[in-house]
Amino acid sequence: MSDMPISDVPRRDPRTEWILRNRLHPQHDELVAASSGPVRGPSGLLRKNPRAVGYIGPNGLKRIDRSAGFSGGAGGVSFRSRGRSGQAEVELPLHTVEQPDFYVAVVVDLAAGRLSGHDKDVLGQAHQLVNATEGEGAVLAIALGEAREAAFGKAGADRLIHLTDVQGEPLDGYCPERKLAVLEAVECEFEPRYWLFPDSVHGGADLGSRLAARLGERPAVQAWQVDTERTVCRGGSQLTDWHRPTARVMLLAAECALPIDETRHEAKPLELTVIPPVTPRIEDLGPVDVDPSKIALSEAEFILAAGNGVRDWDQFHAVATTLGATEGASRVAVDDGNMPRFRQVGATGTWVTARVYVAVGISGAIQHLQGIGQCDKVVAINLDDGCDMIKRADLSVIGNSQGILGELLNLAESRQNGTGADTADLAIDTREEERHVA
Amino acid sequence: MWPDPNLKVATLVSVGQHPKSGRARRAEQDARAVELGLKMAGTRSRLVNVGAGDETGLRQYLGMGLPELMQVKAGTEADAVPALVEHLKTHPTDIVLTGIRAEQGEASGMVPYLLGEQLGWPVVSRIADIQKIEDGKADVLQALPRGQRRLLRVPLPFIATVDNAAPEARQYAYGPARRGQLAETNGTAIVDEARLEWQETPAKPRPKRLNVVKAKSAADRFKAATAKPQGQGGQVIRDGTDREKAEAIMELLISEGVVR
Repeated sequence: MSDMPISDVPRRDPRTEWILRNRLHPQHDELVAASSGPVRGPSGLLRKNPRAVGYIGPNGLKRIDRSAGFSGGAGGVSFRSRGRSGQAEVELPLHTVEQPDFYVAVVVDLAAGRLSGHDKDVLGQAHQLVNATEGEGAVLAIALGEAREAAFGKAGADRLIHLTDVQGEPLDGYCPERKLAVLEAVECEFEPRYWLFPDSVHGGADLGSRLAARLGERPAVQAWQVDTERTVCRGGSQLTDWHRPTARVMLLAAECALPIDETRHEAKPLELTVIPPVTPRIEDLGPVDVDPSKIALSEAEFILAAGNGVRDWDQFHAVATTLGATEGASRVAVDDGNMPRFRQVGATGTWVTARVYVAVGISGAIQHLQGIGQCDKVVAINLDDGCDMIKRADLSVIGNSQGILGELLNLAESRQNGTGADTADLAIDTREEERHVA
Repeated sequence: MWPDPNLKVATLVSVGQHPKSGRARRAEQDARAVELGLKMAGTRSRLVNVGAGDETGLRQYLGMGLPELMQVKAGTEADAVPALVEHLKTHPTDIVLTGIRAEQGEASGMVPYLLGEQLGWPVVSRIADIQKIEDGKADVLQALPRGQRRLLRVPLPFIATVDNAAPEARQYAYGPARRGQLAETNGTAIVDEARLEWQETPAKPRPKRLNVVKAKSAADRFKAATAKPQGQGGQVIRDGTDREKAEAIMELLISEGVVR
């Protein structure tokens, strides 16, 4: 007994034992964690303490998080995981191309300065062609004109030529001859293996046809199934399919391939050394004012929509006219007889595709939010700052709609008097026209 | 002002196809081009067709009130472009109008661009109207998506494709369609060799794209299926005067380019 050193004698710590028994003690968790190593039972089996999981929630109840941290951002997760996973963007792996053997050129539309779904599909198709071809290729995105919020790297551009002007002349508006000169310069310098264009009404079809005619290539138009050997193109009236060898210049239909969503790309900017000067024969005199009320609601670009919160309807119509917006309405406004039925936006009315949607006094029923699902920018004017429309909107203004609309009307009028006097007022007779078919 | 007796307008027409029955008819966009030609040059505007086209389809253009249609005879496999280039070189023309795409066959919409390239004339796509012609330059109204319009000034001669936004074509009448002349000429007919190797099949319905949710857990999939559409944290303006709030809205409208 006495030959045992004093330090080896097992000693009890009654205070620790007391804390370990008392699970409401503030130090209970850390002491349990420190003392719980692998525990062997009397038969030598490894025992697990089923009560050691979870933690005590704010209301004193035990909470067990079984999601193991995978359900990032989901509604009902524990408050522990909420902070770190939140709305965090997942960093996608970066795809790099050091020395490309060949290029696949994609000329994006950049309608309204943004990459459309069609543009992204075409970039996805370009990557399919690169992957199916031997050697290391790079997707060269060519963007002509101003871009805003255009994530070229995320959409799949390995290399990027982005020009906003050529020889001091801006590339916005209609200038197919200047754009064609840029594309010819790209052809001389990089000799892309394929030229891909979106076959769209936003200029892709026009520019692609011009380039094909200039290069003397026979393009595959409305191509919807493309690999390196064969291409399937939709023929006239969408009634026939043409099976043909893959062409060098292709005008691709929408949804031809899946967009890039698992990798990031470099979007390394390239410079064109020389762009031959051109003297364009087509002169762009700028956009012409059209009567916004004649534009079909489903394809209007700018919609001012009214809901239950609007009291002064004359003022609302005046604002829409002054701003040049097409009028829309929620179901309540239509049911109350303040707006005609064909102005109703939402699941039971029209599904709109506007670029800017201003919702005045609309709280945002789910049917209405479905109807505006494809809108780019939503502005909400509302008294209630907890309504669903505020959660959807990119810019929300809390306040009385009448006062804000009044100020908006003043601003628009002063702006028109200041700048808008010189634009030629041309009487244009546009009828309500059918949707454009690409 | 219209119709202008000195203006030489040629409309390139093709035989269309009814989308449901497949019966030959006048092509929708070509008929709009003919309508525009009638507005500008009256019955002096020319109609040109290349091929061995179906007579009932072509006569519908004559039924719109034109006395003659010039048909350059070529086989069904022939390329229309050389024949049209030859025709346009021999017949003086100021404006060539045509539809955007044919309603049957390959329908690549390349004919106006190839003509423009070979003749060296400017090509304007998707026009809705031609407003006036002054000093050898035409003011052309171009149709843009979303019902917008743009004014262009193009020197004569030029080629234009006519959009669906152009005024609708008048109805055709049976009597004038029977009385009108189909003037046949022989032109350069080069067989389109490349096309002979292609296969044409009835259009296969394209698969609808499915919205695949790449979620790792059941909770995420459930959320993706049920969640309301929400923006990524928009800006909310609570304080300030109405004037400041209206200015914030106006700023966004201007930066988006919807208010000019």
